[in-house]
Amino acid sequence: MMWKFEDFAENTAFIAEDGGKTNYAELAREGEQLAAAAGGRCLAFVLCRNEKGSALGYASFINHGIVPLLLNADIDREMLDALLENYRPDYLWLPSDMADRFGDCGNVYAAWGYSLLKTRHARAFALNDDLALLLTTSGSTGSPKFVRQSYNNIRANTASIVRYLELDEAERPITTLPMSYTYGLSIINSHLWAGASIILTQKTLIGKEFWQQFKDYEATSFGGVPYTFEMLDRLRFFRMELPSLRTMTQAGGKLSPELHKKFAEYAKDTGRRFVVMYGSAEATARMSYLPYEKSLEKYGSMGIAIPGGEFSLIDADGKEIAASETVGELVYKGANVTLGYAERGDDLQKGDERGGVLVTGDMAKRDGDGYYYIVGRKKRFLKIFGNRINLDEAERLVKTACGCECACAGVDDKMKVYVTDAALVRYLRKFIAEKTGLHFSAFEVKVIGAIPKNDSGKTLYSALDD
Amino acid sequence: MTNLEKYSRAFAESFGISEGEAKTAKYQEVANWDSVGHMTLMAALEAAFDIMLDTEDIIDFGSFEKGKEILKKYDVEI
Repeated sequence: MMWKFEDFAENTAFIAEDGGKTNYAELAREGEQLAAAAGGRCLAFVLCRNEKGSALGYASFINHGIVPLLLNADIDREMLDALLENYRPDYLWLPSDMADRFGDCGNVYAAWGYSLLKTRHARAFALNDDLALLLTTSGSTGSPKFVRQSYNNIRANTASIVRYLELDEAERPITTLPMSYTYGLSIINSHLWAGASIILTQKTLIGKEFWQQFKDYEATSFGGVPYTFEMLDRLRFFRMELPSLRTMTQAGGKLSPELHKKFAEYAKDTGRRFVVMYGSAEATARMSYLPYEKSLEKYGSMGIAIPGGEFSLIDADGKEIAASETVGELVYKGANVTLGYAERGDDLQKGDERGGVLVTGDMAKRDGDGYYYIVGRKKRFLKIFGNRINLDEAERLVKTACGCECACAGVDDKMKVYVTDAALVRYLRKFIAEKTGLHFSAFEVKVIGAIPKNDSGKTLYSALDD
Repeated sequence: MTNLEKYSRAFAESFGISEGEAKTAKYQEVANWDSVGHMTLMAALEAAFDIMLDTEDIIDFGSFEKGKEILKKYDVEI
């Protein structure tokens, strides 16, 4: 068992949009019924919304040894079909309003507006004993790549988060991120661990209903990616009356130092906590946090390793860098480093391939006090509204769809797609936005005469104009 | 350009839809009217009419029709 729901039997676990409450005793009992309907260890796709059915289903599957693979319920159908074929799950657990799209599956159980559908597959692939959960690395670009998380990974990371954020049963976070996204999920994991009450909402913070729920159910915290904080700044968040708010956390990419400072000042002035963190799905969720007391003094920093974790920096030869203020690749060690990736059903039987060490692909430096600062990336990916987009994968996606040459580059929240055919511009922008499920304003398609290449045929990204 | 044209164009460009489709647009019912699209629209309207929208109005701005009412407060007649 991951969570001991019986320890908090009378506490409220979930508060739904309509105010409906589910306590921990009900969570345990209803979860058992669902798990019994699924009948033992197997693979289940969960199509997630921030609703009771998704959260309860996820928690129940983890607690009963059923391996969930989490996807956003909005996932592109073509992508979902490819994943279903690739992983052949035994079940789909999804909002009932989507159930009739899967006519060849039998409906074996339904509750809280969700349905458990039995597919035609029965334990198609062996599952490693340690495997607890499969999570996308980004929720984007149609990558069939999933992070394999173990029960120990989730336990270690969750306990650490509860400790450094000092979470207890009085907390009431409101959901601002999809639960199929590692950061959003870590908020659910850690608050169920602490016996707290999670306010589940599908509403976003640019809608009146969200703020109404925030006030009515007295939310104490929320998390956001950099774009969330940019929006809050534009919404003149600092002038809002939110007496219940105690803590704001930020992850999913680097916040601009100016905005980091602004929110840190606001928190300090109003007696609240602002905690900047760093992590990835490959490390279950969190690797670092900047203690809130240091938020203003060290703004721009992603902080220190979480309890139980350890950072180091390595140079191009893989040697550890001892000096401060020297840039190197960031390496993390800890029990939350996941087992590895899965790219196909056969990979689900694999064991631990990382041995507790994650070479992050992020370039960082450490100051004289031991605080870390991200300065760049070694790998070719961007964070678009908190979602990781692998540029090489995006190129492959475009090449497959259009059969044309393409180069992807850019900066966070602004990806540039270079093509040579002007006729593709309109189509591609829409295509990429649809495939990633992200707003098209983040993508710019540029037409150039030719994709610059070096002698060995590799794209010369430095030669692309800006 | 009339105010209605400017207003419709802001919707069309923020959500990648036609100006005709803009007239029935509602938050979360149009594919690209998500939170990013919403802030894009707000910025476009502020620029087009040289106004500064209040938080209450930004979070209340749920449809093409609702937006017309809101802009009246800023002396913008659509």
